[in-house]
Amino acid sequence: MPRLEEHCWSCSCPTRMKAEELSSASWVASKAEEMMSIVTSVAGHACGSLHRIQTANLIRRGLVLFTIGVFLALVLNLLQIQRNVTLFPEEVMATLFSSAWWIPPCCGTAAAVIGLLYPCLDSHLGEPHKFKREWASVMRCIAVFVGINHASAKLDFANNVQLSLTLAALSLGLWWTFDRSRSGFGLGLTTALLATLITQLLVYNGVYQYTSPDFLYVRSWLPCIFFSGGVTVGNIGRQLAMGCAEKPHND
Amino acid sequence: MTVRERLRQNISAAFYRHGLLCASYPVPIVLFTSASILTCCYPLLKLPLPGTGPVVFTTGVRDYTIPYHEPQGEIGERPEWYRGPPVAYIQQVLVKAAVSPWDNTLVPVDVFRSPIGRVFSLLEEIRNHVYTDSSGVRSLESLCLQVTDLLPGLRRMQTILPEHGCLLVSPGNYWQNQRDLFDLDSDLLKTIHQHEPKGFHISTSLRDLLFGVMKEHTGVSLYSKKRVVTYTITIALSSYDPRFLGSLRARLKQLHPSLNCTLRDDHMVHVHFKEEIGIAELIPLVTTYIILFAYIYFSTRKIDMVKSKWGLALAAVVTVLSSLLMSVGLCTLFGLTPTLNGGEIFPYLVVVIGLENVLVLTKSVVSTPVDLEVKLRIAQGLSNESWSIMKNVATELGIILIGYFTLVPAIQEFCLFAVVGLVSDFFLQMFFFTTVLSIDIRRMELADLNRRLPAEAGMPQPKPGPLRPRETPPPPRQSPHTITLQAPAFRNLRLPKRLRVVYFLARTRLAQRIIMVGTVIWIGILVYTDPAGLRTYLAAQVSEQSPLGESGLPPHLGVAPVFPGGDPTSTLSVLPAPEPTIIPENHSNGHDSLGHITPVSPQISWGPEDEDGWKHLYLRQWPSLFSYYNITLAKRYISILPVIPVTLHLSPQEAIETRHPQDTRHQPPPIPRTPDQQNDLTLYKVAALGLAAGVLLVLLLFCLYRVLCPRNYGQNGVPHGRRRRGDLPCDEYGYSPPVSEISPLLLRGHSMDIECLASDGMLLASCCLAGQIRVWDAQTGDCLTIIPNNGLRRSSSSGGWEHRDGWDPMTMPEPDTLSGADTGACLEGAECDGYPLRRRLTPSRPALFVDQPDLTPLIDTNFSELPPSQKPPKNGFDFGELVDRAYQEHEPSPSLAFTPSPTAPQPRRPSVGDQPVMSPDPCSPGPTDWDSSVWAMELRGNLIAAGRSSGKLELWDAVEGSLRCCNEDGVSGITALAFHNNRIVAARLNGSLDFFTVETNKPLGLLQYRGAPGRGSMPPSPCYRSEDVINCQLTRSVQCAHQKPITVLRAAAGRVVTGSQDHTVRVYRLEDSCCLFTLQGHSGGITSIYIDQTMVLASGGQDGAICLWDVLTGSRVSHVYGHRGDVTSLVCTTSCVISSGLDDLICIWDRSTGIKLYSIQQEVGCGASLGVISESLLVTGGQGCVSFWDLNFGDLLQTVYLGQNSEGQGVRQLLVLENAAIVCDFGSELSLVYVPSVLEKLD
Repeated sequence: MPRLEEHCWSCSCPTRMKAEELSSASWVASKAEEMMSIVTSVAGHACGSLHRIQTANLIRRGLVLFTIGVFLALVLNLLQIQRNVTLFPEEVMATLFSSAWWIPPCCGTAAAVIGLLYPCLDSHLGEPHKFKREWASVMRCIAVFVGINHASAKLDFANNVQLSLTLAALSLGLWWTFDRSRSGFGLGLTTALLATLITQLLVYNGVYQYTSPDFLYVRSWLPCIFFSGGVTVGNIGRQLAMGCAEKPHND
Repeated sequence: MTVRERLRQNISAAFYRHGLLCASYPVPIVLFTSASILTCCYPLLKLPLPGTGPVVFTTGVRDYTIPYHEPQGEIGERPEWYRGPPVAYIQQVLVKAAVSPWDNTLVPVDVFRSPIGRVFSLLEEIRNHVYTDSSGVRSLESLCLQVTDLLPGLRRMQTILPEHGCLLVSPGNYWQNQRDLFDLDSDLLKTIHQHEPKGFHISTSLRDLLFGVMKEHTGVSLYSKKRVVTYTITIALSSYDPRFLGSLRARLKQLHPSLNCTLRDDHMVHVHFKEEIGIAELIPLVTTYIILFAYIYFSTRKIDMVKSKWGLALAAVVTVLSSLLMSVGLCTLFGLTPTLNGGEIFPYLVVVIGLENVLVLTKSVVSTPVDLEVKLRIAQGLSNESWSIMKNVATELGIILIGYFTLVPAIQEFCLFAVVGLVSDFFLQMFFFTTVLSIDIRRMELADLNRRLPAEAGMPQPKPGPLRPRETPPPPRQSPHTITLQAPAFRNLRLPKRLRVVYFLARTRLAQRIIMVGTVIWIGILVYTDPAGLRTYLAAQVSEQSPLGESGLPPHLGVAPVFPGGDPTSTLSVLPAPEPTIIPENHSNGHDSLGHITPVSPQISWGPEDEDGWKHLYLRQWPSLFSYYNITLAKRYISILPVIPVTLHLSPQEAIETRHPQDTRHQPPPIPRTPDQQNDLTLYKVAALGLAAGVLLVLLLFCLYRVLCPRNYGQNGVPHGRRRRGDLPCDEYGYSPPVSEISPLLLRGHSMDIECLASDGMLLASCCLAGQIRVWDAQTGDCLTIIPNNGLRRSSSSGGWEHRDGWDPMTMPEPDTLSGADTGACLEGAECDGYPLRRRLTPSRPALFVDQPDLTPLIDTNFSELPPSQKPPKNGFDFGELVDRAYQEHEPSPSLAFTPSPTAPQPRRPSVGDQPVMSPDPCSPGPTDWDSSVWAMELRGNLIAAGRSSGKLELWDAVEGSLRCCNEDGVSGITALAFHNNRIVAARLNGSLDFFTVETNKPLGLLQYRGAPGRGSMPPSPCYRSEDVINCQLTRSVQCAHQKPITVLRAAAGRVVTGSQDHTVRVYRLEDSCCLFTLQGHSGGITSIYIDQTMVLASGGQDGAICLWDVLTGSRVSHVYGHRGDVTSLVCTTSCVISSGLDDLICIWDRSTGIKLYSIQQEVGCGASLGVISESLLVTGGQGCVSFWDLNFGDLLQTVYLGQNSEGQGVRQLLVLENAAIVCDFGSELSLVYVPSVLEKLD
């Protein structure tokens, strides 16, 4: 059968691309190892009976997503730190890597879970996502996501309500422009709520502290960022899932 | 019809007309668009260039008040940053000191030791200065900027820079402001130098900070010519108290008057520092840009099927970028000044505007039928996508409009830019990009036309309707294969990566260009950032142009000092009046010069360059000074107060007094060490370094060359000498592989054109139109056997020819013409009576076998005239019956169980041995047609199977040339034969398929009487030994295998595949001749089939389609349209399928995906034959030549001409032998081409 053959020789492009990233972020990879095993096992259980090839595929996708998550977390963290940046970048880097080293891996894990969950949910709901399925669109989505972060970090809003509203509108616009699926919206919303809840719990328990004295400020943009982040990562995950199957056609 | 529908139609029609317009007048439209882009970008010229340089604003000192935080009514006069108090007020005391008059007894250290030593007294003076008035007592302590700790990273500077106190820096800081330490210091220069950063350092050094003037102007050097020491005492004040400062100024002036000082003290300068870009900011910025480039890459990658992919991608990017520029320009024109950081929002703007429309447009235009005119194609493509484009634009505008109502100023501004950018982008898409696309499509069509004019001549041009915007008639099969010209990048998909990179570098001359661009940029940066260069000039220009700069300051202050001040050397010459005060008055010390006036006596002059001393410094001086105390100046400003000039004249006595004992001792003689000499030394050093670097570079390049280039690259000349008239470019990089002479070995002997060709690796059998079969040694090219035809006059049972009318006239042209000729020759018709007479039972003996019994009288050499041989058919039959009886009596078992006789019988005349087998054949007594032509031939293991047009199957011994067996079961002509193991499959003209089994029976002792013993020493042939009795039996005959004549027959891997005129392909199992599958999928007769041991089945038909089948399941794997006519030949390798068609095109397809990798346009009338030598080497037959192609690159490697008169004779058949030799027919000759090892080694 034609499909069989193509199945066998699919999915090489994105992973090859990411291989270099992985090597560069080797320190992350060491941390990622045990997390990934958990993630893959969970995802494997969730998706039921999976083929061996599909499992390998899943692990690969998960790794890619994890890397993206870590990278985005680092960059966006840097954006937020810039708000009260001092002149000496060494210090910034030091705080970035020392104070909360576990944040990027956490974000990476979350990205992997969400990015794998999206296509899984799609297939379970039986409505495959067909809207703008191409890498260019995904890149656009990531750029808009970074832009939203940029806006939340750099712009001076009059008050927190305005900030919240603006960010919410932007996030919704992101979802509508790049996703437009019910499952995407639902999952994004769930992600946002859960992540906010977890963050709040962490903060209340004193595990993590906001550097910004303005507590409300942080709370006002957090859900929106999480929502748009969820949608973005979901977009990537879907593209990865589809890219594995349909890559040869595009070329 | 709803409004929506109407709108849609209107839009579509409008786009259609617009497309027509664009495609009709491309050049004027492009010119117009460029003009409008330039016009819209014109306002951008007024904007200052982006940069992080500080901005200067000058106000008068007299009525200075601290600016308010809130902007006042007079906006427009003051820059926006000029609000609130500055970070600090900088008060500098500029000290110029000289030992005067200069004495020859003085040593060079004296130039600066005592002048610097005076800094301590000055510091004392400043620190202790108190101003008392009615409001109280003010001292420096109360006014100055109090600083705390240094940053943790600066511990080594702790002893030098002040901590926990006033920020007051001077050269005295080197010695902790203590005179004692200074006096004890034996080597001042060393102390100063030890804090200098090592190596090349662009930012401010400590020395610049402490001295306050640039290094060159301090004069603290052993080789100073002017012998004037300049330094500043810098005081940072936190609050501005004019009275205190005034009194300080007056006090210092009184103490150390500078008579000829022309410095103005009536204006202060505010310097605003832009935000600094650190790593923390750079990383997100770089990330966004990376994402942007990925986006552009992924978008433009989708541009396909156009003439120049790169060109269109460039046009797309240009469209977006210039629309952005236009939007900024338009916004500026209407009074909106951009406040956002351009570099930061730029990627987001690009992403918002997007490249989608451009791509959609390209795709739509490309997918229109190519037969249309370019104009119509553009118009149709545009109108097809008009609705979606409009919808898209409207949606984006809507989203941005929503963003506008967030009421955040920055977002509003962004949205405004985005809206204008979107609109201008739409405009550019419609005018600029569409036109570029039309030009591109036209170019492609031209190129296409040139290439395929002959093939296209027969194609009717469908005339499109005048206005059919939405109904693009789907062409039946033109579109998939009309665009065969792939972009070069696509064609070279299969290049090794290393080569691809190197080729790319070589093709684009990337290295040179990068170096050039890099040099230009570097020079530009140098010029721009040079403290005395362009930037200050620009800053001056900006401050001059903008109305802000001139507010509240007299015109001569604004500009004049700035630019000339930037260039110290020029100012020296421009200097208005150096005031020749040859005898300075030393009011301060009372030391008078003793009239010892030497021409070298230092002169202290004050010029305008001193006034702007802060400009001579590196731009980071103040930020870095403040940053040591963790005070950032980013987005803030400092105010620089007018300089207090101090002139010090010291007497030689004082200089001598302050000397350190070691100063004189260790001083080198000043005369030999002139600056010139030092300069020379530096020059030598630089020259040596440059030379070494050059040598290293040359060596490196040489190594690179050796690594990258083959050893004998370019040594074997005549790269294009044997190319085919130079019109087939061998390589688009201009690389031509070394040519080694390949001389084909011509096998001559046939009198007429060769029709059939068969080989089993060792032997080579060919059959010409005359019916003569020759057997050749495939290694040496010797002719081993000749099997002549029995008669020239052949009767053709041409009953089946009507069925072949639809056949490809190219592959099988001969039978047609022959049959006509034959019918003319044989007037009696097919069943003419002469057949028994001319029947010759003994085949010819080759001259090689001289040890055989002389049978030459039996050989019919004169085919037409000779009387019949002495064995009439009846005899044969009788004899055969006899033998048969005896055979059956003596045969122990019908199987092969009998022991092989040790003494092989003398090779009998085939008719004798074979007749018994054939005798039971009921229909054989009928007219056996010896005169029929050979239509198909196969060679396996010494046996030649020849299928004749009469339907007879003959088995000949290849070595001895004897007829071993004959089967006349069928009457319909055998069109194709397959010989596999011991089975022969014959396809007949009437569509039936016969399966024969070749059985080897060892001859019985009974038969031995007929021949002489011996010949047991004959080497055993792979399959059939000549002494074996060969029995060819019809095992099964599938009567109606196909409805129409079978055209192709292939056997491999235990399967027999037949292709027929009836559009179907059938797969049979070889063992039991059971039909496994009937494969339907072609819409024309099957013309070629390929099957190999790996069960790959490919079929090509007259419809130009190629199907790949799965032999195991019978399902179709892929189905592609590749040719504009019959597929003439098909070959598969492990990775790709190669097909050639009547359109003289060779297409290479990816086997697993069915995607066309590339195609090779051949010359007219060649390319019917194909062969694959290795995985990457393809050989095709042409007009009198064979060409070797590299499959990975699609490049012509070599063309081998078969004969002198190469024109006119095409190579129709081509066989690849196991030893990588190629056999092809060349008229009446065979050509054996040994592929040189050079080609084999190609990876």
